Amino acid sequence: MIPATFNYFRPHSIEEALLLLRQGEAAKILAGGQSLIPMMKFRVVEPKTLIDLQGVPELAHVMWAGGHCTVGALTTHASLAADADVRRKAGVLWDAANALGDPQVRNLGTIGGACSHADPSADYPAVMLALDACFIVAGEKTREVAAADFFKGTFETALGESEILTKITFDAAAHSAYVKLEHPASHYALVGVAAVLVMSRDTIEDARIAIGGLADAPFRAGGVERRLRGIKGNDGAAIKAACTGAVTGQDVRSDVEASAAYRTAMADVIAARAVGAATRPR
Amino acid sequence: MGRIELEVNGTRHELEGVEPRLLLVHFLRERLALTGTHIGCDTSSCGACTVLLDGKAVKSCTMFALQADGRAVTTIEGIGSSAELHPMQEAFWAQHGLQCGYCTTGMILSAIDLLRRNPDPDEVEIRTGLEGNLCRCTGYENIVKAVRAAAAAMAAAQPVREAGEPPKSPGELLEVGGSR
Ligand SMILES: Cc1cc2nc3c(=O)[nH]c(=O)nc-3n(C[C@H](O)[C@H](O)[C@H](O)COP(=O)(O)OP(=O)(O)OC[C@H]3O[C@@H](n4cnc5c(N)ncnc54)[C@H](O)[C@@H]3O)c2cc1C
Ligand code: FES
Ligand code: FES
Repeated sequence: MIPATFNYFRPHSIEEALLLLRQGEAAKILAGGQSLIPMMKFRVVEPKTLIDLQGVPELAHVMWAGGHCTVGALTTHASLAADADVRRKAGVLWDAANALGDPQVRNLGTIGGACSHADPSADYPAVMLALDACFIVAGEKTREVAAADFFKGTFETALGESEILTKITFDAAAHSAYVKLEHPASHYALVGVAAVLVMSRDTIEDARIAIGGLADAPFRAGGVERRLRGIKGNDGAAIKAACTGAVTGQDVRSDVEASAAYRTAMADVIAARAVGAATRPR
Repeated sequence: MGRIELEVNGTRHELEGVEPRLLLVHFLRERLALTGTHIGCDTSSCGACTVLLDGKAVKSCTMFALQADGRAVTTIEGIGSSAELHPMQEAFWAQHGLQCGYCTTGMILSAIDLLRRNPDPDEVEIRTGLEGNLCRCTGYENIVKAVRAAAAAMAAAQPVREAGEPPKSPGELLEVGGSR
């Protein structure tokens, strides 16, 4: 399968990339290409101008300052999956980076690309919501967008056509985990649950639970979060009870991969596993 | 049209007139006549087209040739020769890790990348490490055995080499190719 023709550019700075994005005809950013190139081969999208970000290497980094982390948009899934600090201080992100796709996809695909693409079955959107991450977006001016406002729907984000996601920031989450039920062929999530807990000794004080794969965009499971407060981390039965009915009031998808009823039932199971994993030290 | 300068199996290539939409797999097969890299699904799923980009496994059907500008690509032709097979090739042969052979070139390159990350993988790690490569013939049993055997052979071959000595085993040709 051969994509339609386009012009290829490899700028060396974000400013140059933004200029090309504004001036180029039907311009699109190319990061790892692991979502965009398959779509171009199917001619689902036919950009006329492709702006390859790999000439801007300062976009690929993971930096910790105290308990605060900044991840460049061009950081690959593989480098996050191999990062010992990410594992220890943001297990929820580390789990997702390891669970995503296959090794070849992880070697090229980037966190910025996956978030900008906003596939409803993708792994990072729920993780970003649970981390309460902040997206740094470059455009006419630089702005910050909270994860809760970033993911709008299926393949839809708060990014404008002439904007580039440059960084994602979040606070360390020592008690956190991501668990997904993946489709055996595509590896995409039928249900993915990201859990970030605040623990005081062995008790769950507070929780942010986000569920992906079910609806157009990931959502927080407010009921589960409330019910988890005060529960002992090693009380599996109480965690299971708190996670029952994780999906309420959501418009759950049915498709060739799974029915809405199956996804809804599995959300409870996967949520309990994610919370259980988050209570344990990494 | 674009210009591309890259290293393939240790040899520098400079080519003009590369169409931006040319996929890396077509560039390798049609411009450089390296037909050991196969096209299975053409939809980013099967891994038959796997090559190493700066030592890391990637699907060459899901990458434009121009993205490899300035990088080092290793294909199955670059890891050993008929006279001196790479230990991974040797192991696939000895353990019957292939039947039709269509998936094999990609499978071998993915397995080499797996051992780079994890030199001594157990069975589960091998199976998940090769998740990006599909085989329609073998049922994977002998592929797992082959990777175990190659890991043992490569571990045994490694400490023998003194600093500054030329490579002794074909397994070390990979480093000479500049792909790590
Ligand atoms: C076989 C296979 C299995 C996969 N399995 C999974 C899975 O299990 N879970 C999962 O979550 N994903 C999965 N993916 C998708 C993978 O995660 C992609 O890497 C990711 O969705 C896109 O990242 P990329 O860097 O490759 O972006 P690209 O494909 O280059 O770009 C994707 C889109 O985002 C835009 N974009 C990219 N970067 C930026 C930026 N910095 N600013 C603004 N816009 C930008 C592009 O213009 C494009 O529209 C899979 C892909 C494949 C091929
Ligand atoms: S041909 Fe590239 S993944 Fe199948
Ligand atoms: S040996 Fe035939 S596809 Fe693997």
